[in-house]
Amino acid sequence: MESVVFIFSLIDCCALIFLSVYFIITLSDLECDYINARSCCSKLNKWVVPEVIGHAIVTVLMLISLHWFIFLLNLPVATWNIYRYIMVPSGNMGVFDPTEIHNRGQLKSHMKEAMIKLGFHLLCFFMYLYSMILALIND
Amino acid sequence: MIHIWKQYPGVNQLSSSLGGLSLQHSQQPESLRPVNLTQDRNILPVSSVPAPVPNLNSDLRKLNCSPDSFRCTLTNIPQTQALLNKAKLPLGLLLHPFRDLTQLPVITSSTIVRCRSCRTYINPFVSFIDQRRWKCNLCYRVNDVPEEFMYNPLTRSYGEPHKRPEVQNSTVEFIASSDYMLRPPQPAVYLFVLDVSHNAVEAGYLTIVCQSLLENLDKLPGDSRTRIGFITFDSTVQFYNLQEGLSQPQMLIVSDIDDIFLPTPDSLLVNLHESKELIKDLLNALPNMFTNTRETHSALGPALQAAFKLMSPTGGRISVFQTQLPSLGAGLLHSREDPNQRSSTKVVQHLGPATDFYKKLALDCSGQQTAVDLFLLSSQYSDLASLACMSKYSAGCIYYYPSFHCSHNPAQAEKFQKDLKRYLTRKIGFEAVMRIRCTKGLSIHTFHGNFFVRSTDLLSLANVNPDAGFAVQMSIEESLTDTSLVCFQTALLYTSSKGERRIRVHTLCLPVVSSLADVYAGADVQAVVCLLANMAVDRSVSSSLSDARDALVNAVVDSLAAYMSTASNLQQSMLMAPNSLKLFPLYILALLKQKAFRTGMSTRLDDRVYAMCQMKSQPLVHLMKMIHPNLYRIDKLIDESTIHVNDRVVPQPPLQKLSAEKLTREGAFLMDCGSSL
Repeated sequence: MESVVFIFSLIDCCALIFLSVYFIITLSDLECDYINARSCCSKLNKWVVPEVIGHAIVTVLMLISLHWFIFLLNLPVATWNIYRYIMVPSGNMGVFDPTEIHNRGQLKSHMKEAMIKLGFHLLCFFMYLYSMILALIND
Repeated sequence: MIHIWKQYPGVNQLSSSLGGLSLQHSQQPESLRPVNLTQDRNILPVSSVPAPVPNLNSDLRKLNCSPDSFRCTLTNIPQTQALLNKAKLPLGLLLHPFRDLTQLPVITSSTIVRCRSCRTYINPFVSFIDQRRWKCNLCYRVNDVPEEFMYNPLTRSYGEPHKRPEVQNSTVEFIASSDYMLRPPQPAVYLFVLDVSHNAVEAGYLTIVCQSLLENLDKLPGDSRTRIGFITFDSTVQFYNLQEGLSQPQMLIVSDIDDIFLPTPDSLLVNLHESKELIKDLLNALPNMFTNTRETHSALGPALQAAFKLMSPTGGRISVFQTQLPSLGAGLLHSREDPNQRSSTKVVQHLGPATDFYKKLALDCSGQQTAVDLFLLSSQYSDLASLACMSKYSAGCIYYYPSFHCSHNPAQAEKFQKDLKRYLTRKIGFEAVMRIRCTKGLSIHTFHGNFFVRSTDLLSLANVNPDAGFAVQMSIEESLTDTSLVCFQTALLYTSSKGERRIRVHTLCLPVVSSLADVYAGADVQAVVCLLANMAVDRSVSSSLSDARDALVNAVVDSLAAYMSTASNLQQSMLMAPNSLKLFPLYILALLKQKAFRTGMSTRLDDRVYAMCQMKSQPLVHLMKMIHPNLYRIDKLIDESTIHVNDRVVPQPPLQKLSAEKLTREGAFLMDCGSSL
């Protein structure tokens, strides 16, 4: 049972890592002028909700299987994701808005956020890997 | 009371003037002279406040860009970001690149000399190395001077590239070759989208619009390819077939507003000269066509979608006339204002748009080189906060006439007529892009104005007009230690109404300083106030109005406190300001009383939002007039400083200080706020 939980979280974490990398690549394309703001923002906005759901599933799974430490570790990032999604002003076209992205250093802050998430997911990946191996050994 | 103040100079003035006798302070520039704000009473300007002149040598000063086109908040640029942070003043540029100029050197050379790495246009502030090479003043790269550039067509001499007009003027216009065009230059295309619901007919704006158009049809900027079209809408959308061969204009009604389509593929936008008679017939008939209408709904969204479809092949300008809240179809809006909250001192809500429909539409239009201008002539709440988005991101402009009615409110009607005349006949540029370049070490991080930021320093403007102003904020990324001058260049590439591709280039040069006192000596208080107004509007929309008001007050407090801590020989109990910033608290106070930022007084939400839009899109000279109007006394006209207009002698009333103590019961006064008198 334990190992199934951790295998599933591992796969989910992998997907989240790939998503973070995709965000970073798209944002740096925008910085270097390879794509325009509108297509960049529509690409990224498509993946905001899947990311929120993916991370929420892992958090809830950890809660259900009573792994408190990992749950508490994931909770701040999950709440930040949900908060960011809810607090989009009504006139904006999603979390990434093409008219605002070049203003007030938003591009840089989005990039920083994606980098931090990448680092966090990598850390979580190794944690799940270790826990999964431990669970498989103990079975 | 007044006489007591004037006779009492105050100890501190004495000590500061005594302090001025010392050797150190004798080199102090006039702009750094300390002014005691709590004691001095006569600091209000009597003549128009001039822009500060940068501290450059006289040759560079003569060549520098006019402050009416290009102005910086600090005319002495701090050397490092740390120094800028200590000064607590914002660093930014205020631009008015397309303003009407009386003298503009136009260069028709076949080669436009630009730096190879940063693509800066050659300007008066480059340095020529041995007559064959030039060093770019923005990226410091050494470039070759092309052969054709060595010949000066004006003086017919060879071998003096620094005498050429591009290098002798900081504001030039180049005629661009086909390398600068993505497609052949577009013709001038004008589309008028008119609201004809019952409300609109009641207000009676149609007669004014049609009359104005009839008078100015020949004066619309353009050439023989100019095209024009009309769309009217209420709960359905009506198109007008103005094909050349027809005997009278034909109206085509599309009532399926959920899936709007164009009834005929062409002849809705027709050539102005070929179909002129038909257009005149239409304009004469239009006001009377809808007099008995019973339609109260307004399908603005579908009409705009149809207009976009019509304009996408060519691009051009859409002028939208709206008199109420759009209530039907896509983009419908609800009334969000609570009349009881108008004088609320706490939270002012609904300053941002309610839906992203108009923003998406504006971005689509901007992509097809179409600008949408909005004329809002409503008497009730029309959610300008959402409607304004259609102009903000497509480089359009917004005009607002609250409580408009052609017979009950003749003042607004006259204002509308005059504005419309200027709007129809002023210069226009199509499919424009603007790029602002700065010397290595400075970078631009925030933009203010009506345009779409396509990439980090490229602004996409579907239309440019001479009444639009822009502002940008900068930061100092790397220290400017190894240079004594920084330059800024604005390049505006546009298609003129005659179908010529042109580039208007402005270049500004400013010195770099390393001491805090010099930074204050070069502060341009009017530019600082305008930039702070722009920043405050952004802050009101993103966080809250009270935050913005606090930030404005903090800006004054912090900068004057920082000044007082540097000028160590002044007593701490007085409020001292450098002469360059003596009007700073006054202007900020005036700004806080503007409709955009005031609290405690009943302000309609649309009025407030419109005032905010004006702050972000007007050039500095108009904005300062709005904040600090000119006061004239007109009953005692004097003979000196008269001007001659049309063979008549017009006496110029003297400018008074803007203060209530100057108003007397026996005099007649005139206050000029720019948009009203």
